[in-house]
Amino acid sequence: MKKFLVILILAVLGFHLFAAFSGLGFGVTRFEKGVKDFYLEKTVSELHVANTVTSIVVNFRGFDTLGEVTVLFLAVSAMGGILYKRRHHAGDRSVLFSSSSIVRSGSKLLFPAIILLGVYIFIHGHLSPGGGFQGGAIIATGFLLMLIAYENFSVSHNTLSYIESFAGIFFVVIGLLGFMNGGTFLQNFLPAGILNNLFSGGVIGIIYVMVGFKVAAELTGLIYTILHEKD
Amino acid sequence: MDDKLFEILEFGVYGASILLILIGLYAVLTKRSLIKIVIGMSIIDGGIHLLLITIGYLKGGTAPIFSPGYEEAAGQMVDPVPQALVLTAIVIGFGVTAVALSLIIRLYRHHHTLEIDEIKRLKW
Repeated sequence: MKKFLVILILAVLGFHLFAAFSGLGFGVTRFEKGVKDFYLEKTVSELHVANTVTSIVVNFRGFDTLGEVTVLFLAVSAMGGILYKRRHHAGDRSVLFSSSSIVRSGSKLLFPAIILLGVYIFIHGHLSPGGGFQGGAIIATGFLLMLIAYENFSVSHNTLSYIESFAGIFFVVIGLLGFMNGGTFLQNFLPAGILNNLFSGGVIGIIYVMVGFKVAAELTGLIYTILHEKD
Repeated sequence: MDDKLFEILEFGVYGASILLILIGLYAVLTKRSLIKIVIGMSIIDGGIHLLLITIGYLKGGTAPIFSPGYEEAAGQMVDPVPQALVLTAIVIGFGVTAVALSLIIRLYRHHHTLEIDEIKRLKW
């Protein structure tokens, strides 16, 4: 009876959603001169950045990204608070198993390559698809692989929180330096460089590298906390 | 691309994203296991992301990246604003899932079950 009621409600909701969105059109230009055109024009002419999504996330909406990074930090610290236990023995793991030697050698071989791919993706965030969040997530998957393959692989929580804090502080300091150069918060004060060069876009590349470090440290700490949760 | 095919694609992409949202809502409303409810929330997330990206699509458009050879192609690029918003939304969705899972771990520690029916004072 309850399932029938739920399906009825969802059918009505789905019908109205579909009616609303199919009237929008697909693949058509909606505005003569919208926000999109402004961003696409300013990205090349002022910032000299190739990837428009990066220039929106880090420059035009940079304050928003600072809030986003703060939300991620809050989620990780909330998790630590919720899962806090007084008696915590280092090395206690919730999942106890020994992996085969093929998995161990394979993950040892893959680990540096995964880290290198993550670093490449966040350094080239302003030139190609990708950026700090994606690169950080890839680095965290490398640590996840090592934590699964080796029972006694451990990451220092202190080092992780130092990396995280310094990256966050550096982001804010770069934002404040914009004020000192007579602009607004997160204003670009470095030379813009040439389009499609690695050193282009001024502060955008530096900020995305910092975001990459921060996200990698946070996700690694999160995985480590969950993996060492013992009943 | 063929016009007829493009119409089918429009129907399919909007339909798929709305279907994902509905599947996720169904899981949240009817399932008893807390893990399944969190999976339902993640499916809703995926549907909304697909819907936002679909709205920003431009017929025959390229990615909004000015790579060598595409410096003058600003007119054919898809809308970058929904993509930036979805990038934010993915990160926030990740944080929500992490906190929800840790709350589930905490609940399991107290009640030794994941079924909401067996946890007293959580019934609806």
